[in-house]
Amino acid sequence: MLLRHTSTEIKDRSALTINPAKTCQPVGAMYASLGIHGCLPHSHGSQGCYAYHRSALTRHYKEPVMAATSAFTEGASVFGGQANLIQAIDNIFSVYDPQVIAVHTTCLSETIGDDIVQIINKAKADGRVPDNRYVIHANTPSYVGSHVTGYANMAKAMVDYFAEPVSRRKQRINLIPGFVEPSDMGEIKRLAGALGVETTMFPDTDGVLNTPLTGKYRMYPDGGVRVEALKNAGAAAGTIALGELAAGPAALALDAKCKVGCTILDLPIGLSGTDAFVDALRRMAGVNVPESVNYERGQMVDIISDMHPYFHGKRVALAGDPDQILALAAFLVSIDMHPVHIVTGTPAGKKWEKRMRKITAELPCEVNIATGGDLFLLHQWIKNHPVDLLMGNTYMKYIAKDEDIPLVRHGFPILDRVGHSYLPTVGYRGGIRLLEMILNALLDRKDRDATDIDIELVM
Amino acid sequence: MSAIPILKQRRSQIWEKGDAPYELSCGIHSLAGSISQRACVFCGSRVVLYPIADALHVIHGPAGCAAYTWDIRGALSSGPELHRMSFTTDLQEKDVIFGGEKKLAAVLDQLIDAYQPRAAFVYATCIVGLIGDDVDAVCRRIQEKKGIAVRSVHSEGFKGTKKDGYKAACDAVFSLMDPGAAASAAGRGPFRINILGEFNIGGEAWIIREYYRMMGVDVVSVMTGDSRVADIRQAPAAALNVVQCSGAMTHLARKMEAEFGIPYIRVSYFGIEDTARALYDVAGHFGDPGVMENTRTLVRQEIQAVTDDLKAAKKALSGKKAAIYVGGAFKVFSLIKALKTLGMRVVLAGSQTGTDEDYQVLRQMCEPGTVILDDANPLELSRYCLEKEADIMIGGIKERPIAHKLGMGFCDHNHERKIPLAGFEGMANFAKEVKNTVTSPVWRFAPGLKKNTRRTP
Repeated sequence: MLLRHTSTEIKDRSALTINPAKTCQPVGAMYASLGIHGCLPHSHGSQGCYAYHRSALTRHYKEPVMAATSAFTEGASVFGGQANLIQAIDNIFSVYDPQVIAVHTTCLSETIGDDIVQIINKAKADGRVPDNRYVIHANTPSYVGSHVTGYANMAKAMVDYFAEPVSRRKQRINLIPGFVEPSDMGEIKRLAGALGVETTMFPDTDGVLNTPLTGKYRMYPDGGVRVEALKNAGAAAGTIALGELAAGPAALALDAKCKVGCTILDLPIGLSGTDAFVDALRRMAGVNVPESVNYERGQMVDIISDMHPYFHGKRVALAGDPDQILALAAFLVSIDMHPVHIVTGTPAGKKWEKRMRKITAELPCEVNIATGGDLFLLHQWIKNHPVDLLMGNTYMKYIAKDEDIPLVRHGFPILDRVGHSYLPTVGYRGGIRLLEMILNALLDRKDRDATDIDIELVM
Repeated sequence: MSAIPILKQRRSQIWEKGDAPYELSCGIHSLAGSISQRACVFCGSRVVLYPIADALHVIHGPAGCAAYTWDIRGALSSGPELHRMSFTTDLQEKDVIFGGEKKLAAVLDQLIDAYQPRAAFVYATCIVGLIGDDVDAVCRRIQEKKGIAVRSVHSEGFKGTKKDGYKAACDAVFSLMDPGAAASAAGRGPFRINILGEFNIGGEAWIIREYYRMMGVDVVSVMTGDSRVADIRQAPAAALNVVQCSGAMTHLARKMEAEFGIPYIRVSYFGIEDTARALYDVAGHFGDPGVMENTRTLVRQEIQAVTDDLKAAKKALSGKKAAIYVGGAFKVFSLIKALKTLGMRVVLAGSQTGTDEDYQVLRQMCEPGTVILDDANPLELSRYCLEKEADIMIGGIKERPIAHKLGMGFCDHNHERKIPLAGFEGMANFAKEVKNTVTSPVWRFAPGLKKNTRRTP
């Protein structure tokens, strides 16, 4: 019993977080930065921060993750990190030659109060930023929000630094994905392509963190949004942001800066979620949905109908990032499953909580929802009111083992399985994978628990 | 690949054994803007203290520091699992403005009541150092109130390197010790040791403890693998400190020598040669014929048990080339010897935290043409791996995908190893793992290797 220390009695513990269901902003900013082609993320803080972020991302994606650090010393912490950052910019351009350095702050540099804009300007004025090379930044204090906030802030920084207002609009549409897998970003692009819509996706980690083995080590893989495309984002016909918390702020910033109208949707997880995305894209681009996409959709509906008796009434405990679990909960409810315990570690806000309440309002049981919660609380809820299935990141495996409940791994981080980088869970095809994962977990359990008499060959 | 430029300031941290006179800088702070594979003070103290399983470990800082260090090392416990929980004050903006002392006190209060730990460690992270929380005072107050040792561990990430974190952790461990324990040693046998710098990853401490038991040596405490606060309290009762992972724990050994007069020796349990040397050194220290005889028997039996496995591995690995990039230099020495046992050549050797003394030893050990690196970055690692045509890289999590992208085998010799690599049976495991990865058929699928004949049998 790894979590033998989890008690059933739920006490107030406003000061204490146990087994967090979130991590800090900088890692999200680092992930988003990697979605720019030729970008080297830079952590303006202690050496440990970026070492942890790189390890965390490497464990999740099983890919090399490059980033640089200001390597703060005690001196920098007293006198400010300007000298460190300027030296870093100089060193990075002369050795690693990235197109873009994307600086994110840490709790350390935020509290010292380093003015990153001023430092970048000074570096430019001193001639330390070569032609056609860029330094951008996002403020990502670790004590505000979560990794989701950091992702959102860096995505917004791409707009703030690059997007250029124009008078003549192009047909292109911007797609801003939330904090999803490279495979999900690829699938969203593929769907848009199937509709015949030209899009610019940012951030775009497809082709950066799911690359093939080539026998070479490439610091800057082929994927990622080009700087030129980011500049032209201001000339797009419109923007679709997928995930209100992670992608919304960038879309709104682009609207404010370049008057590119935006539609902010939930992540296209599940049937209705994907329908909403396809429909928004269709309307924004003025195209028809091709038969091929209808076909995929039909296949997904077919699986749901074939297997619906197995979904009926299954109780699920769900933990993860707010955009993900909102869309997931809606999907689960739509296939007759019951997400009854729902935790996000991110302080997602009242509006999010209200929406989650609405999604689960029709369920014939009590539903627990926590924003800014943790996995300890989730475990306590499960102990009090057991469930049939867990969905969430790898940290849920402790609960899965202790309570002997099947776990479908979804979200960040997944430290102990592969597949998520290559196989999406968004869109209709991703929906088919999601259904497969849920069914496998439930049916494997059913087989395992069956007696010799009960066991069924055909399911 | 040789076109990869190397920072002028970094040139002194790379040396290739050959004609050039030896000169290598180390122990210097990483350059701003470098892609180092190093971590911070907090990382150092966290990895040393974390395996103490019946203590409470509270991360005073933002949730990130807690999340990244939550159960990432497989330091196994045979009893309590409290160390595998992640407790944090999860500092928010208002705490940064108004201070986090109250929050910390409340957290300790609540957790100590709930779990009755034997001691509590409070890790002060970057932000705590900046906002000036008086963590020491909070710990003192709670200690008085609860009657258990509550220690602040100053792990502010910017206050040095990982080594400073080790030091802070050593100081915390030292402060738990009962100076009176030496007097109570009378009831125990005369051959009493503490094992230092062994973290029980994959159950390695259990293997080593068993060796000492068979030798007739009494292990008072292991610091810190599968340890309990009560064992650590008794540590001054030992007659000898046996220090592995010297980078982390020598500080503690020196302190114990000064305070309790306990001598220490440095050992390594990686590889046949070093494991045998370690056990003989301990036996030799006590100078007891019985213990020496037990040790001889043990070493003979254990080596015999793994000889066939090692021979089989050697047959497959002879002449293959290895690149080593790990945390401490002492481990590099052991690995070089262990790889030689397997008939392999080391073409690159580097560490994150080696000292000048370490690199002098390394220089002597290496063959001509070997590249020696301090605090390397991924470009340098990949450049020299390709240039030297290494077949395997031995490193940690951040190096693994780089090796794989290059189409090379990889062996994790850091905290992500899943099987014990220490001791004689650990060497057999290591040989098997190296053989499996170097000779894996997967590399036949790796593009670019078709024209590269070195791997075709």
